[in-house]
Amino acid sequence: MSKRLVQAEFNVERDPERCIQCQVCVRQCSNQVHAYDEEAEQVTCDEASCVGCQRCATLCPTGAITIKKAPPDFAPDNNWTSDVIQNIYRQAETGGVLLSAMGNDTAKTSWWDNILLNASQVTNPSIDPLREPMELTTFLGAKPNAVELSFDDQGGPSLATKLAPQLVLSTPIMFSAMSYGAISYNAFESLARAAGQYGTFANSGEGGLHKDFWPHGPNMIVQVASGRFGVDIDYLKVAAAVEIKIGQGAKPGIGGHLPGEKVDERISQTRMIPVGSDAISPAPHHDIYSIEDLRQLIYSLKEATRYQKPISVKIAAVHNVAAIASGIVRAGADIVAIDGYKGGTGAAPTMIRNNVGIPIEFALAAVDDRLRQEGIRNQASVVACGGFRSSADVVKAIALGADAVYIGTAALVALGCHLCQKCYTGKCNWGIATQDPYLTRRLNPDIGARRLVNLLRGWSHEIKEMMGGMGINAIESLRGNREHLRGVGLSDRELSILGIKAAGE
Amino acid sequence: MRLLHRKQFPTSKDISGCAISGMMSEIGAPMSGEAIIRSIANMHDRSNGLGGGFAAYGIYPEMRDRYALHVMYDAIDDKQETERLISRWCTVYGDETIPTRPSALVRHPPILHRYFVNIKPEVMERFCDETEDDAIVDLVMTINNESKGGFVFSSGKNMGVFKGVGFPEDIGEFYRLDEYQAYIWTSHGRFPTNTTGWWGGAHPFSLLDWSVVHNGEISSYGINKRYLDNFGYKCALHTDTEVIAYLFDLLVRKHRLPFEAACLAMAPPFWPQLERLPETRRELARTLRIVYGGALLNGPFSVLVGHSGGMVGFNDRTKLRPMVGARKGDMVYMASEEGAIREVCNDPEVVWHAAGGVPIMAHLKEPEKVIGAEATARLKAHSCKLPAGAWQESPRAGRAAASVQ
Repeated sequence: MSKRLVQAEFNVERDPERCIQCQVCVRQCSNQVHAYDEEAEQVTCDEASCVGCQRCATLCPTGAITIKKAPPDFAPDNNWTSDVIQNIYRQAETGGVLLSAMGNDTAKTSWWDNILLNASQVTNPSIDPLREPMELTTFLGAKPNAVELSFDDQGGPSLATKLAPQLVLSTPIMFSAMSYGAISYNAFESLARAAGQYGTFANSGEGGLHKDFWPHGPNMIVQVASGRFGVDIDYLKVAAAVEIKIGQGAKPGIGGHLPGEKVDERISQTRMIPVGSDAISPAPHHDIYSIEDLRQLIYSLKEATRYQKPISVKIAAVHNVAAIASGIVRAGADIVAIDGYKGGTGAAPTMIRNNVGIPIEFALAAVDDRLRQEGIRNQASVVACGGFRSSADVVKAIALGADAVYIGTAALVALGCHLCQKCYTGKCNWGIATQDPYLTRRLNPDIGARRLVNLLRGWSHEIKEMMGGMGINAIESLRGNREHLRGVGLSDRELSILGIKAAGE
Repeated sequence: MRLLHRKQFPTSKDISGCAISGMMSEIGAPMSGEAIIRSIANMHDRSNGLGGGFAAYGIYPEMRDRYALHVMYDAIDDKQETERLISRWCTVYGDETIPTRPSALVRHPPILHRYFVNIKPEVMERFCDETEDDAIVDLVMTINNESKGGFVFSSGKNMGVFKGVGFPEDIGEFYRLDEYQAYIWTSHGRFPTNTTGWWGGAHPFSLLDWSVVHNGEISSYGINKRYLDNFGYKCALHTDTEVIAYLFDLLVRKHRLPFEAACLAMAPPFWPQLERLPETRRELARTLRIVYGGALLNGPFSVLVGHSGGMVGFNDRTKLRPMVGARKGDMVYMASEEGAIREVCNDPEVVWHAAGGVPIMAHLKEPEKVIGAEATARLKAHSCKLPAGAWQESPRAGRAAASVQ
């Protein structure tokens, strides 16, 4: 076989002065980049297999290893970049579809960076959240337009309005849908435990909920997706809310595929499919070909859960997202989750991930506007997701109109993910996106949960500080409050879609 | 010189510091405007001459069943344009120039005119199940948003707003308020911090018989405005005060919440305070807070809301603006400073500082006698009063003493 045209993407530099031949790197690398040559008594390496996950460099006890992005610097060309050429080489070798994982990594603008926040000066005192109350408690679910009271009782007014079921969040951040199968048992457990400890919710993804995780049910949102994996009445009963997954920001319009080699005994039980069989989620739900079909499924799930649980519908942010979201609210959803084009995934065709869908900033602004114009914003909560990197992104999303956000990638990074974007290989050296027991035990759920709780606490503190600066002490007053946002470097059209003013206005 | 009477809507939110004062006779005894002018003048330094105004209730007894439209015009042409609109919608039972006393201290007033109207029956047909009040709201929004130089600054029955650019005491003299007799007076002196101020932008802000005077800044303005948009209210004036008036209209008139409950929705207890309430009250407060998140008023404020049946004073839940209440006999006083009350009331029986988020309420004791049967029926239909004793316990646990009645 001839030498491949595809060149190594990373250089592995080993400092011979520092290397003590301990072979930690050999044992840590599931991609078999490092090997020990018994005869030469020396660690060798195969750079072509390196994915840049930094596991070896992080764990090397003497700091002998440095992983650097390798050139391949082909002749300079702004159109035919080295990445483009390498991709064509790969496809010419295999005839396959290019795969990627995690979110869109192209250099497209993140509009959050063009939005700036307000703070109080003089006319309105800023508030110090360390001294004064600062409230982030968030309720997700349908709200009536008005509260009705009755006065029959001599003791005072009583409520005539009965509130639809609500999810109560101590902070407006939840963990995105990541299925057991896409991520490891330990990663899943870390997320579920952290959600419970901090008073928020994790999402099961579409791969069912293993019985071991049922005790976390009060802090789990379970998904019903096109593959219906693991869906039975117990699954619906054990959860706090049910989410119908229509689409996902990383790959709008297409389904999913968990390869059979990942389906071990435990995953087979959880997904309710035979060991070793591929788990294929069709692109559409085969019982949802229209909005009225969606309404049927929403009400089937409401019936099944005795109207005790909010039903969420998750869609990818696509061109007509505002009208679609309006339809979903009118179809009876209590929560609409909108996933922007920067949303992550365990596996997606690269072309789809990088080219389909629209940014969450515009989608969210359009959906919130549309629901208000129609006077139905109260009927459902809006959850935004897709590429939230920091608490500032979260504050901006809430001020644009989101009730809460889902974070996925940020949560995995808290667990140790280094964003090598190779989740679909099943060889995650950090024990997150793999089912190999040798790798999964690298992630300790005690430590994982603690790190996630720390992340939520850190972001919540920052959100409180930013709110305090604006002179706001309740998250309700930040939500949809676009007066506190200003745009820089945005066109008039962008500003008008986002519904914000330019800096200086 | 800039002509401050020109109709101008600021492009960004208007922020202001201020003085407020209000007084009410709960038995509906008429009082001239002389006292309220003295009271607000006592707080001269809280305003800077860029706006002052008054609301008076009970001033048009002969026309008490007609809506009194107070309109300001930039020019005589604007008056003709707006009058065409008014006469298309309304039967006009009387109109006159609002009497003023020329003063060197109040410069460049706009043309000020008032009309006593009802909506024509054929116009009402377009409003399906809505009431005449809704039609008046629509008319006011139409004139204020669409006419070039006409601006309706008062539209209630048997009440009126008088406001302009100047110190409040000078505005009061200018409008000859000593010649009116009212059972409720509220007043405002303005200290705007980022706009030059124009006649229409002074307080009180009024819609139907709601009038609001306000000291502070609403940091939740952006969402309050969008929340109201949901229910068809267009906030054209870019003042925080406007959203307070519309929120009262929505919560009290349309959703029929008692004032106490409306205030609880707009300035709810913090969650830990809420958890300490007795169970039935807790469920009520919790539901109000969850449902009316968009109506929560954040940031520092104290407001006085007048309506034909009474007066409500309340401030933000962390009490970042002053509000003092006092009572003597059938008189209730509320003001930014105690001195403003003592200026007009020698020895009040009780004086207290309002607790954060806890409303001070004053009601007409026998509304039939004061405002007539029709207005009382309307009051009952439009605002819901809690049964006596139903709310003795303050929603803020441990602060019951604050709501002395």
